[in-house]
Amino acid sequence: MIKLQLPLTEADVRQLKVGDEVALSGIMVTGRDEAHTWLINDKPDNVRKLLEGSVIYHCGPVVSKTDGEWKFVAAGPTTSIREEPIQADVVKEYKLRGVIGKGGMGPKTLAGLKEFGAVYLHAIGGAATLLAKSVKKVTDVIKLEEFGVPEAMWILEVEDFPAVVTMDSHGNSLHTKIKADSDKIAKELIGN
Amino acid sequence: MAFKLNKEKFRDAVLELIRLTSTELPRDVIAAMEKARDNEEPGSAAKSVLGSMLKNVVMAKADSTPICQDTGTNIHFVTIPEGISLRKVEQAIIEATQQATAEAYLRPNAVDSLTGKNTGDNTGVMAPYIHFEEWDDPAIKLQLALKGGGCENVSTQYKLPDTSLKAGRNLEGVYKCIIDAINKAQGLGCAPGVIGVGVGGDRATGMIMAKKQLFRKMGDSNPVQQLDDLEQKLLVDLNKLGIGPLGFGGKTTVLGVKIGAVHRLPASFFVSIAYMCWADRHHEMLFTESEVSYD
Repeated sequence: MIKLQLPLTEADVRQLKVGDEVALSGIMVTGRDEAHTWLINDKPDNVRKLLEGSVIYHCGPVVSKTDGEWKFVAAGPTTSIREEPIQADVVKEYKLRGVIGKGGMGPKTLAGLKEFGAVYLHAIGGAATLLAKSVKKVTDVIKLEEFGVPEAMWILEVEDFPAVVTMDSHGNSLHTKIKADSDKIAKELIGN
Repeated sequence: MAFKLNKEKFRDAVLELIRLTSTELPRDVIAAMEKARDNEEPGSAAKSVLGSMLKNVVMAKADSTPICQDTGTNIHFVTIPEGISLRKVEQAIIEATQQATAEAYLRPNAVDSLTGKNTGDNTGVMAPYIHFEEWDDPAIKLQLALKGGGCENVSTQYKLPDTSLKAGRNLEGVYKCIIDAINKAQGLGCAPGVIGVGVGGDRATGMIMAKKQLFRKMGDSNPVQQLDDLEQKLLVDLNKLGIGPLGFGGKTTVLGVKIGAVHRLPASFFVSIAYMCWADRHHEMLFTESEVSYD
């Protein structure tokens, strides 16, 4: 288990390899489809400082609010591939050092991670209560009214958030390898 | 004697069913996950991930919080006695859904497809989805499944014959479609999944049958011998794909395969595949005039 303190430097992420298990602490931000589109179309400046060196987490949480304070009740990753068209652009534009989600991403993102120096971290899909417990504090939320709870950008202070590196900054993807192997077996089973 | 529905009592019972389904995995699914974890190689990512999933299940139950933040499409299969008002039952389910959302057992998950606006309470056009049937018993049976978006996105439908798979209009053709679908899904449906299949029907009824299969017990047998044989064969062969938990590689790609058949038109032969994620949240409630019980 490699402990990582956010924000990250390029050197931090360049040493990470596919298969490494990591635990993240510090400030991270959630973002899904609406957030990614907004980041690219509107280029908001108020989030630049926040995102630089941090990671964006593909997550639409279940939240509760008591005494004016937001709490993450359930917060597992959502499917990342939906952001494939613009993820690499978001990473470069906002100097992100990582993306957290599930299911992995495609060649455009993999190339972007290599070029800029960032990694794709796979969180445990469905393990929402476990992951919510690593969120120590919700420090702020952006675009809540407009985007709704799942799509808003939640700013989180996390401690030992667990994930696995499945796409590194050297062009390696675990997803590509698993797919190539299973394609071969599927072909044999289908037998054409 | 006619069954009289106490709407408030029924609504409260449905709220508890939603809470239970969101926060507790059925025992047979947990047992299948434990078996899968024990079967994976020591030190593998597959074993570690299955261990974390099971840990999450224990924590969610203890805290009464959602197992997964995507509390999914709420699918209600309701069986009612003769003479009960469908509208009253529907209204009670809607109110229970709104309350469950307010209590954070459900994430606001109903989005207007034209404006993109989230209704905020999980209700809307055909949301929640309620399917009614009738029976002779003086009780309401309510089966609820919470089916997340990740696994719904990899659910799919084939039309036989399929020339690219060389799949004909027979069970061998059905087999080929299922192998292809689960291979294409990789880890995206939050493997290891439970696979519900509807053979035949039209595009809607085939998929309803596929989703109905998800209420079956993990270790049960299909009463139709041919389908049972196919289920057993697919369970073994799909796990040869090596996709593993979350697509990290491993021996466990699926936990179960359940297949039902529906009458079809002479012109059509659909294979509908409903991929359910490992967080296979479904429970059943039996509501009589005097008591409520949950499975």
